[in-house]
Amino acid sequence: MAVFSRGFGGNRTPSDPRIPPGQYLTEDFPVLSAGPTPHVDLADWTLDISDVDGHRNTLSWDQLMDLPSEEFTADLHCVTKWTKLGTMWRGVPVETLLGGTQSDAEYAMIHSYGGYTTNLPIDDLLLGNAWVVFEYDGAALAPVHGGPARLLVPHLYLWKSAKWINGIELRRQDKLGFWEGFGYHAYGDPWREQRYEGD
Amino acid sequence: MKATDDIPQAEQIADTPPGILTARPIQWRRAKLHDSRMETRTARTLVFDVPGWTEHRAGQHVDIKLTAENGYTAQRSYSIASASAPGRLEITVQAISDGEVSPYLVETMAPGDELELRGPIGGWFQWTEQLTEPILLIGGGSGIVPLMAMLRERIRVDSNAPFRLLYVARTPDHIFYANELYSIGQSNSDVIIDRLYSRAGLPDDPRTPGRLGLEDIPRPTFGETGSTRVYVCGPSGFVEGATQLLQSGGHQPTAIRTERFGPT
Repeated sequence: MAVFSRGFGGNRTPSDPRIPPGQYLTEDFPVLSAGPTPHVDLADWTLDISDVDGHRNTLSWDQLMDLPSEEFTADLHCVTKWTKLGTMWRGVPVETLLGGTQSDAEYAMIHSYGGYTTNLPIDDLLLGNAWVVFEYDGAALAPVHGGPARLLVPHLYLWKSAKWINGIELRRQDKLGFWEGFGYHAYGDPWREQRYEGD
Repeated sequence: MKATDDIPQAEQIADTPPGILTARPIQWRRAKLHDSRMETRTARTLVFDVPGWTEHRAGQHVDIKLTAENGYTAQRSYSIASASAPGRLEITVQAISDGEVSPYLVETMAPGDELELRGPIGGWFQWTEQLTEPILLIGGGSGIVPLMAMLRERIRVDSNAPFRLLYVARTPDHIFYANELYSIGQSNSDVIIDRLYSRAGLPDDPRTPGRLGLEDIPRPTFGETGSTRVYVCGPSGFVEGATQLLQSGGHQPTAIRTERFGPT
């Protein structure tokens, strides 16, 4: 049974099927993080991809730039309740990066400069819904928003879109990442409002 | 709703780090406004009675849900301002002029009115009495709120950990908890409270008003109980500037925890 708040009549967020439950629309691009913004030189930047069979592949920035990338539009949903529609990005689809990986990996742990981690099922990275992005709104991605490159997985809450990505670790078993270990939901589907463990 | 009120908010498993919850959903709880006070002309502390609330860690937050008569709901997160106490918690809300929720909380909500909240949420940006190393708190504007919870908790548990607060606000009129901060600083020799003004200060201030600079940042200390642990909270631009200064001033990035509010 709902608890009504006397005198509350706010209705600024329009009813829009693109906005998941419990979210409000923002025109801003809020920044949230757990610690200081890492600053990484492109000359030093690497993306480490490791598979369950021990195989390891390290990409340099130049190698990332050599891969086919695409421009796309995405809606962003942050667990702190804001939603930003129609953001423009350029990036390399994750399935291009993971190549013809034939391993029996079911999960991935994403690693970032600065120590951040987040976990995802492998299908959420491989089925056309995830990119390693390096441009936002037509310009190089700013460090404060995860530059030089971040993961973008728009169908999940934005904490899964790890900023400052530097590694994709394929795994047979799931292991909780940074926020997940502090009680945030292991999967994080905004449409089922999976914010916290048990939701 | 009644039956869930007796279930503890969260269970702590002995060996797990603080803040880890067991695998049960965090329940929405009914909360009633008990009392309130204005901290500034536009910021208000709200004191809620929350049946079934057992405890929280300083630095954690709650999710608030308002429901209008037509069924429309809005949710926002607010840092808990008070030290841990059963059945009660406080938040301090800064009214944002074109906000949807904050004007209601600051201008409309009256004692006896209700909302729903759930929590406590978060386990990274928190201070507990197990931490004995020196603590540096840096707050910008309404970023003072979770840091105030940490200060209040330190006092509640009678900790000896050295605490230093750098609180940056535009003018003295923008300072929350002014009297309490003064009395805490006066009565605790290991707690240093510095109020820094970015636009305009008091006539006898030795420091010229302005944004945080390298000279304002204390160097890290390396003592018996460990090296300085830093918590920074405020608008994103403030946090960005402060963390750069901290690193220039010798603090390791891994010793710095941040929480950001606001639009960009």
